[in-house]
Amino acid sequence: MAAVQETVEQVRRVGADQYKYGFVTDIESDLAPKGLSEEVIRFISAKKGEPEWMLDWRLEAYRRWLTMTEPKWARVDYPAIDYQDLYYYAAPKSTAGPKSLDEVDPELLRTYEKLGIPLHEREILAGVERPEGEERPRVAVDAVFDSVSVATTFKEELKKAGVIFCPISEALREHPELVRKYLGTVVPTSDNYFATLNSAVFSDGSFVYIPPGVRCPMELSTYFRINEKNTGQFERTLIIADRGSYVSYLEGCTAPKRDENQLHAAVVELVTLDDAEIKYSTVQNWYPGDENGKGGIYNFVTKRGDCRGANSKISWTQVETGSAITWKYPSCVLRGDNSRGEFYSIAISNGRQQVDSGTKMIHLGKGTTSRIISKGISAGRSSNAYRGLVSAHRKAEGARNFTNCDSLLIGDACSAHTIPYIEAKNPSCVFEHEATTSKISEDVLFYCMQRGLSQEDATALVVNGFVRDVLQQLPMEFAVEAQKLISVSLEGSVG
Amino acid sequence: MTALLEIRDLKAEIAGKQILNGYDLTVNAGEVHAIMGPNGSGKSTLSYVLSGRPGYTITEGQALLAGADLSQMSVDERAAAGLFLAFQYPLEVPGVATMTFLRAALNAQRKKRGEEEMSSPDLIKRVKELAKILDMDMEMLRRPVNVGFSGGEKKRAETLQMMLLEPKLCILDETDSGLDIDALKVVSNGVNQLRSKDRGIVVITHYQRLLDYITPDVVHVQSAGRIVRTGGKELALELEETGYARYQAEAA
Repeated sequence: MAAVQETVEQVRRVGADQYKYGFVTDIESDLAPKGLSEEVIRFISAKKGEPEWMLDWRLEAYRRWLTMTEPKWARVDYPAIDYQDLYYYAAPKSTAGPKSLDEVDPELLRTYEKLGIPLHEREILAGVERPEGEERPRVAVDAVFDSVSVATTFKEELKKAGVIFCPISEALREHPELVRKYLGTVVPTSDNYFATLNSAVFSDGSFVYIPPGVRCPMELSTYFRINEKNTGQFERTLIIADRGSYVSYLEGCTAPKRDENQLHAAVVELVTLDDAEIKYSTVQNWYPGDENGKGGIYNFVTKRGDCRGANSKISWTQVETGSAITWKYPSCVLRGDNSRGEFYSIAISNGRQQVDSGTKMIHLGKGTTSRIISKGISAGRSSNAYRGLVSAHRKAEGARNFTNCDSLLIGDACSAHTIPYIEAKNPSCVFEHEATTSKISEDVLFYCMQRGLSQEDATALVVNGFVRDVLQQLPMEFAVEAQKLISVSLEGSVG
Repeated sequence: MTALLEIRDLKAEIAGKQILNGYDLTVNAGEVHAIMGPNGSGKSTLSYVLSGRPGYTITEGQALLAGADLSQMSVDERAAAGLFLAFQYPLEVPGVATMTFLRAALNAQRKKRGEEEMSSPDLIKRVKELAKILDMDMEMLRRPVNVGFSGGEKKRAETLQMMLLEPKLCILDETDSGLDIDALKVVSNGVNQLRSKDRGIVVITHYQRLLDYITPDVVHVQSAGRIVRTGGKELALELEETGYARYQAEAA
């Protein structure tokens, strides 16, 4: 059997059984009544003890949402979603506002341990095995379980640096002025169908504020877990980097294997003021469904960064391996003069997964620059599309963009599509676009195997080489994890 | 004693077309064999059949490596068992540093044989020694495998891999093609260092030139998918004089 054919067979066999995060945590949940109504929104808002203006904001979004229709332009295909058949709020019963980790349900701590996310600061400090002399970088974690944040680590230490890192529901209570000032200013409630839905029902997510001139002393991360059945997860993340500050933020996600599809409609808003920088990295590993396309997460996410200040920078790096359907375009609005946006993406699809992902770089300010490196890998019977917009408005004097989109196909039942939109309204802009599509070469696989590499290792090596430019952009810890994830997604040789 | 490589009445085809027609060859450990022949006589096919390239199917006969039936082994198993093919056109592996590739290959083979992996410092030390023999810049080894390498650099890199992996049986497929005289000397020197009583080397070539530097013990002439004549090293010189025409006529 030809090498590529065997790889394809293997990928098919491995299928969804390789998803090792598919377990369910048996925990009692506090659920909102099923379905969506003003009552449910009032219920969520009351649960969170929110101020009045927040409830009004939600209700306004809800009323707008009722007038909207689901977008159909993406290259994805799925049965109609019954929005009345979902739970919009699910919280583990025992975690009604734990004061410290000791109060967190041990079952939840075990869940995160199983996922490889230690929530005890002591353990994080102890770290895992590392070569001698190399200090493990510390990472503060916010753990979101269904609709609530169950734990946030290193809060005290961050506080000393003036950094605010907490669940957004807590920020609404403790720092309402900051939330009110920035919430919805990057992704307005009217933005799109799923963002509007999120605005109405969002439950939790992370809030980060870095004060002027502060370089955040550690990596911040949020770990999202969907557990409850028939539940949508609608998290909302808001990160503000004030003048001259810097933060690197990581996001990871998993969900149990379930036969039903689950909806994840998140909104992430980033704001950088003058000279500030945000580096946002995602390793998205939601349950992708089984090999026949049954189950899996619908990942309909709106992520946008606003380079509001001059010389500010926002960089998105994503490794997308999970979800049945991905609909996601982390974007940058380059408003400040000389601001910079970057998008580095690896999107792997296998089985029956459908990916329609990309970015938007909107150049408004003078001398703004952006860079897009997208690597799509399709295997199995999946479909993988890159959709990107690069635009320069009239005042974007001297704007520059460089785009590189490469697609790699494994097998002959998958597809790759590249759909770039380019608009330049200022004659001085320079936009470059490069794109390639290739099949994984049987000859190269043979060459690697002749040197002693097994077929899985040869494929992983070739794929890792293909995505190297992007992997290099990830924080070290994440890069190692991502590399393993790539091997697992394609082979099943659990790293 | 079991021969290192034993090919008996081997028939093989590509896409239904028979290329090897009853091939017989025995290579003992310690011997260097040259296989010469006109273009299209199936010289490269032999190397691909032995190494297990997809699409090359054995229909009859046997090929044994130290007594083990090659047809029952996957490509990487054959490599771990000690079969190395120096490619006529080495492939590029973009994004994978040569050093990373060498480490992955060597340790994959060692693991399959139940041996301990080589540590990174030992590996780097060994590669440095080999690079010196082959007159290669270490900088080259940080670049992706064969990407942007000149023809000569590719063949040097191929020889370096072979020397590092220390195979039992080396098959060199037209290693001299694309080499200038200096590179040819350097590469031949590397191959000669591999000559040992435990190792067999099969040099596939169209021209006598390479055999000025790598002196064979046995020379075979291949035509129309099988060996038609066998002799000592003087046979290569004779071929240089007379050409392949008479063998092609014989085979036809």
